[in-house]
Amino acid sequence: MPDLLKGLGASSGAATGPAYRLGDPPRLPRPRAVTDVDGELARAFAAMDAVRDDIGRRAAAATDSTTAEILRGQANLAADRTLRDGVAVVIRDGLEAPHAVAAVLAEHRAALLAVGGLLAARAADLDDLRDRIVAWCLGLPMPAMPAPGRPYVLIAVDLAPADVALLDLSQVLAVVTSAGSFVSHTAILARARGLPTVVACGGALDIADGTVITVDGTTGRVTSGSVPPAPAVTAPTDNGDPRGSTADGHRIALLANIGGAAELAGACVEGVGLFRTELLFQHHVDPPGLDEQVTAYEQVFAAMPGRRVVVRTFDAGSDKPLPFLSAGDEPNPALGIRGLRVVRRRAEILGTQIAAIAAAARSSQARVEVMAPMVTTVAEAAQFAALCRDAGLATVGVMIEVPAAAVRAAQILGAVDFLSIGTNDLSQYAFAADRRSGELADLLDPWQPALLSLVALCAAAGSAAGRPVGVCGEAAADPAFAVVLAGLGVTSLSMTPAAVPPVRAALAAYTLEEARMAAQQALAATDPAAARAAVSRF
Amino acid sequence: MIRTVLLAGRAGLHLRAASRIADAASALPTQVTVRTLDRRPVPADSVLSLLGLGALCGTELILEAYGDGAAESLDRLAELFAVDPDAVGA
Repeated sequence: MPDLLKGLGASSGAATGPAYRLGDPPRLPRPRAVTDVDGELARAFAAMDAVRDDIGRRAAAATDSTTAEILRGQANLAADRTLRDGVAVVIRDGLEAPHAVAAVLAEHRAALLAVGGLLAARAADLDDLRDRIVAWCLGLPMPAMPAPGRPYVLIAVDLAPADVALLDLSQVLAVVTSAGSFVSHTAILARARGLPTVVACGGALDIADGTVITVDGTTGRVTSGSVPPAPAVTAPTDNGDPRGSTADGHRIALLANIGGAAELAGACVEGVGLFRTELLFQHHVDPPGLDEQVTAYEQVFAAMPGRRVVVRTFDAGSDKPLPFLSAGDEPNPALGIRGLRVVRRRAEILGTQIAAIAAAARSSQARVEVMAPMVTTVAEAAQFAALCRDAGLATVGVMIEVPAAAVRAAQILGAVDFLSIGTNDLSQYAFAADRRSGELADLLDPWQPALLSLVALCAAAGSAAGRPVGVCGEAAADPAFAVVLAGLGVTSLSMTPAAVPPVRAALAAYTLEEARMAAQQALAATDPAAARAAVSRF
Repeated sequence: MIRTVLLAGRAGLHLRAASRIADAASALPTQVTVRTLDRRPVPADSVLSLLGLGALCGTELILEAYGDGAAESLDRLAELFAVDPDAVGA
């Protein structure tokens, strides 16, 4: 193998050991004419039931709830009613049981790929089901795990959730797959089990059995031989310093996205970058009163003494309607009265909320800041800032979700203290693509170079003004993307608390200059795939 | 009988969510179908079919059931679609 292969880090941590490859699943034999239709139907259904029971047993034996729930889903798929019905039709048309199962699953696989996004990553789950059901039909075993008699690094095209759940962690040190993605179930389970994993690693299958390799599940690097990893990479501790920084000590604040105090339990973060206040009141029919809000905010502030908490005012939108803020009469809610725009109709709701945030802040030790969602113009930003400062809230920012605001970031920073970029909505509005549209998922990919350009514009404005510019979309939780954001000049990243440790480790693996070079390559790319590739080559 | 519900799950109708719903649907006395505005109805007790809807957070889902117990069945499933399985405490 070459000295270095690069994939995507899918589960952080590093390990060194001899590589051994998982065998290939049984192949479909040449089809034959079916003479006994009932016999084939019985064979197909028995195989589906057997696979369902097998995976169901693994679910029952799982020790963590993530694993158990994913495996229960797989078991349900194996004996799915629609799959059964489809297989029966195809067998009656003259296909043998294993071929019928493969044909029907191939149709559903294509449908999931067409939906795109997260569901496209589930195509691998269907491939595994096909292999298991086909193997049972043919009376062949699924490939067994390698058993070299010493701890090893497992190499495979892809691993099924059912396999990852059963891996003996005293024997398997790390996993490298040639296929897969950060959001595949395999990656999710590997993270749940703390198993260093690199996916989408081209060339992994060419590694000869027994070759000693070093796998870095944070950076995605697979190196030949034994490489002592940098301490920062191997120790993404949750017990120590919550701060994030590049390898050369450039600080990037790592913050949490939360909807309430409960999500901060056990989180190791520097503060809260996005407190979604509307989640506390999503079932309210009437606007929550002042005292009720003060109490709710105090609970969050109390969990973060001395730390930064960015409170976002109510963001009722097309995808998260709030009974008490819903406009209800709009032909196109995504382009209607949402976010800060609610103030045009119901100014008193924002007034009460700002008063409540200010009151809760006065009685707490947290460094409370406030920001508004869906700000479009400098005038809106200035109006919001004046309301907050009048109430005694000194540090005021706005979210950048509308392209009009992104291109005027410098002027908006003349009115407020910081910007926070919401990548999901910024994508939706910049690409004229409904964020709920599965067919347009490719346009909503955060690696789209045009989105990176808008982020770069905001970061440059912040740098010129000496003011912080953060990103609080879930895109910040992708470790490779986080490095690019840091390289673009973003000063803080806010994400779901569980995503923080791998992002912290990824940042620590690059110097600021390397992150800048990665960002420039991503900006120069022609499409999302090229942007990703540019960074993974780096 | 028809019921409309907005999918609450912020991660869309993913495998775990679909699996919970299919489990509940198969325990109901009536057959319930689900569709989006632009797709054909599928049985609510099929995980594979539910996934194929490609429903994302906020997608409008149209549930249909007929006969005895239809209203209760629709209530039960509508409730599940309106809960975010990834919310804390869900």
